[in-house]
Amino acid sequence: MPGPIVMLDDVSVRFGPTTVLSGVGLQVEAGMVVGVGGRNGVGKTTLLGVIATLVPVAGGQGRVLGAELGTDGVRNIRPRIGWSGHEPSLYDDLTLQENLHLTADLAGLSREEADDALGRVGLAAAGHRRAGLSSNGMRRRTDLAALLMRRPDLLCLDEAHAGLDEDADAIVGALTDLTCRRGGAVVMVSHDAARLRAECDEVLILDSEAP
Amino acid sequence: MSRFWTQALAIARRDLIVEGRSRETVAVVVPFAAAAVFVVPFATDALDVRLATLAFPVYWLVGLLFGMQVALRQSAMETPSQRRQLALLGVDPVARFTGRVLSAAALVLVVLVVTAPLVLLFYDPEPIARPWSMAGVLVLFALGLAMVSTLAGDVTAGLATRTSLAPLLIVPVSVPLLLGAAQALESVVRGRTTLPWVLTLVVTDLALAVTGVVTARALEESNT
Repeated sequence: MPGPIVMLDDVSVRFGPTTVLSGVGLQVEAGMVVGVGGRNGVGKTTLLGVIATLVPVAGGQGRVLGAELGTDGVRNIRPRIGWSGHEPSLYDDLTLQENLHLTADLAGLSREEADDALGRVGLAAAGHRRAGLSSNGMRRRTDLAALLMRRPDLLCLDEAHAGLDEDADAIVGALTDLTCRRGGAVVMVSHDAARLRAECDEVLILDSEAP
Repeated sequence: MSRFWTQALAIARRDLIVEGRSRETVAVVVPFAAAAVFVVPFATDALDVRLATLAFPVYWLVGLLFGMQVALRQSAMETPSQRRQLALLGVDPVARFTGRVLSAAALVLVVLVVTAPLVLLFYDPEPIARPWSMAGVLVLFALGLAMVSTLAGDVTAGLATRTSLAPLLIVPVSVPLLLGAAQALESVVRGRTTLPWVLTLVVTDLALAVTGVVTARALEESNT
């Protein structure tokens, strides 16, 4: 994969009159795990949104997976980006398996791959449970199963370890390793500085200089 | 099947399964629509007003107002994290719009079909010579209302004033739908041709479809 997976140069983000991020630079090469830390409200998740091409930048420039931010090209690379946050993106009234089948249908993957991924996160027998009636751990595992199935080149983890038990935590670790081994990269947002130091090749700490 | 239709049908299927299990629309909106049909006669002077003359206006008004509620509820079902996930899955915004319109139209049709016999029962209107000829009109009306409601739902997504603003956007745009459907039914009863009014519905639906297609990408970007 030629060039860095993520390159941000002097990026700023504004929400209305409020500057949320200012002067952020970041380079993520293939095979790297980069951590983003900082206090609550400093803009960590917003930065992850910029990296995932979902939050528009107000200033500066950047490229993600070869696509320049702010151009139509980002639409083509979005399917290569995976996101896992502390809030699973499941539909409560669908079963865990139906949620994964929906993801497979929308992503152009087979339902067999979805079932296989559900088994890999230890939920093969629980697939018939409605997401809304499942534990948070099961819901988070299903979210991770979707990422195992999609095999993204850029993995965005937004406090993805929060509230996970040891086994589910290991799934996040396996997902991270798998992504890096395949030539992708991981950007991990966490307020847990010790985890960032232990698991990341580089750590970017955001401060709140922006007004 | 093309990727577009696979995605559109997957979205529509998702919405209908969620509705089938939560029953929010059927259990909440449809009973209120039925109640509205039932209570209107109590607000009239039965000595001066022949209820039969109110039958069709009440039917379309109830269909419009409660159908709008159904379609708006549908358009509000995705959370921000679910919208983000759809964007990252590469879901075509037009396919997403199409899928949500199909599911909303199906639910609007449920409202129209359930209230029709109640109107016939309570208002005893003039007989409709060819009731099956209204099937196409109902579908066109439901599709149009679903499209305008889905558009209004996307335009107002995330706004604190959504619940009051969205109906204000929908009602004026729905006037050609209401006019076309009501006059088509009137034409069937009077034995006149329905063609001009069916064309009114078709043209309105096409205009809404073009608007939905043209704005789908921009609305998705603003809502993710």
